[in-house]
Amino acid sequence: MTLASLLEILDSTVRLGTPLLLACLAGLFSERSGIFDIGLEGKMLVAAFLSAAVASTTGSAWLGLLAGIGASMAFAAIHGLASITFRGNQLISGVGLNLLASGLTVLVGEHWFHLGGGTPALSGGARFLDKTLPLADTLKPVPVLGPVYDQLISGHSVLVYIAFLCVPATWWVLYRTRFGLRLRAVGENPAAVDTAGVSVVRLRYTAVAIAGLLCGIAGTYLSCSLAAGFGREMTAGRGYIALAALIFAKWRPWYALAATMLFGFLDALSNRYQTLDIGPLHIPNQFMSALPFILTVVILAGFVGKAIPPRAGGEPYVKER
Amino acid sequence: MSFMFKALGATAALALTAGAALAEPAIIYDLGGKYDKSFNEAAWHGAQRWEKETGKKFREVEIQSEAQREQVLRRLAQAGADPIVMTGFAFADVLNKVAPDFPKTKFAIVDSVVEQPNVESIVFTEEQGSYLVGILAAMASKTGTVGFIGGMDIPLIHKFECGYAQGVKSVNAADKVIVNYTGTTPTAWNDPVKGGELAKAQIAQGADVIYAAAGGTGVGVLQAAADAKKLSIGVDSNQNYLHPGYVLTSMQKRVDNAVYNVFKEGANMKPGVKVMDLKAGGVAAAMDQNNEKLITPAMKEALDKATKGIEDGTIKVHDYMTDNKCPVD
Repeated sequence: MTLASLLEILDSTVRLGTPLLLACLAGLFSERSGIFDIGLEGKMLVAAFLSAAVASTTGSAWLGLLAGIGASMAFAAIHGLASITFRGNQLISGVGLNLLASGLTVLVGEHWFHLGGGTPALSGGARFLDKTLPLADTLKPVPVLGPVYDQLISGHSVLVYIAFLCVPATWWVLYRTRFGLRLRAVGENPAAVDTAGVSVVRLRYTAVAIAGLLCGIAGTYLSCSLAAGFGREMTAGRGYIALAALIFAKWRPWYALAATMLFGFLDALSNRYQTLDIGPLHIPNQFMSALPFILTVVILAGFVGKAIPPRAGGEPYVKER
Repeated sequence: MSFMFKALGATAALALTAGAALAEPAIIYDLGGKYDKSFNEAAWHGAQRWEKETGKKFREVEIQSEAQREQVLRRLAQAGADPIVMTGFAFADVLNKVAPDFPKTKFAIVDSVVEQPNVESIVFTEEQGSYLVGILAAMASKTGTVGFIGGMDIPLIHKFECGYAQGVKSVNAADKVIVNYTGTTPTAWNDPVKGGELAKAQIAQGADVIYAAAGGTGVGVLQAAADAKKLSIGVDSNQNYLHPGYVLTSMQKRVDNAVYNVFKEGANMKPGVKVMDLKAGGVAAAMDQNNEKLITPAMKEALDKATKGIEDGTIKVHDYMTDNKCPVD
């Protein structure tokens, strides 16, 4: 494998890993506050749809992003209402949102655009185009570092850089701010937080809203940057993979980065080498496409160790019994 | 339970009597959906043309899951729709079961052969059309490397791949064809993000013309190629208009003509196998104002020569599905 092809695979890893990373961080905020969020997939899907719809009508990707975030946060609000205010079952609420998103996007899309639930193809300013970072061309001739900077670091959509900045931001918020301390506490022992005079409900709503925001960016990245327009069910299970990555990362931001990029890398690898010939051994396509999942099971079973979720996760907080 | 049977029987009888008066033709689209800009959309165009010309109506159903195939087909037959066209090889097993139950109804299936006395099986010689676009791809390529991205990994799509590879190698035997498949399940027809990612990977390996035979996934392939200012080749419908100047041509499979003919013949449709080959206008390399600047006179000449050769039998394009082997691998 040459440096060029390695860089290409890593480049593809970044593209494929970014939506997972954003969704994973969204789940992290929500679950750290004690609200299980299985509805990441649905939130990404509505965001992907509405952002593409708005971007194609207005011609502005940024308005699309706002609309996508809005749609995703509206779904997050429903999840919050069901599982915080009305103390419903968080898993059922999440699954419900996924089903709602899957049906609603196609129904509304067909009504608006008559394109079988998709949106028209986006072009020009309606898409987040790849940005070339400054000095990329100047540094190109530098051996090793030049191509790495030019291909791997430069040349992504602005949403990718936002996603990567979200990792240290999440770490800082979670471990270095008062809000973060309370957020972690409310996921472990909400009664203690309540005793200290901090509103559990408000903290949890905030966390769920942040999850909505991040899923909104993830969905927009899928439809307005990676692809050009929305297609039916285009999230293709990425929300669930992000959930797996979250467990894998043990609900920690830097680990989340590593986990999602690993998933992205395995995906990129199976795209690049669909069949492999190692000497007389021929590895078929089917095996290569199953490889990311096989490795996931192996890694989860063998290397992660015990993943302990936030203790109060999944349980609605009742002040007095 | 017996009440259930009675109730069901009554509805079926009602539906049958109602149906006798209607006898509208019907079409069932496969999982890619009616607006996949490709295979199913071509079928829809054919049905629409028939509707416009005759002023009559037709019924249509888009299935949403594998489980609906039999259900939808039976319901349409019970409701008296005749003839019923279904687009896609995946209907073959179901049709084999359902067709004997409705001996008076005519069925037509595209892309597969079902041997029943009331079924017309319409098959295309995709290898011939793919051979033609392969010639164009090899002539348009500057790097000597071209790509192929298939949808679901099934013999039918290998038929496209094999015909394409034969066309490419007929121009320059040293040219390289990079082959990728999107997946092994029907969702592979509808994953434009993965299609785009595969296209980018092929471009990184030097491919500068990429042929997408992948239904809705192909939209992502064509987009990624246009983004990278490389050429792509569409499939089934004429997709040249999607990115004018970047889509070299489209391997048109005239599913629209097939559906139109079935609807037009109506009850007079002849059961049996109908082969839509190059000669019969079943397949073609699409030419229009969107790609006229990309096709040089030399390419046009080579295309005409190959077309003639295939039609009079001097050029034999191997069909992958006859022996599951490709001579140029």
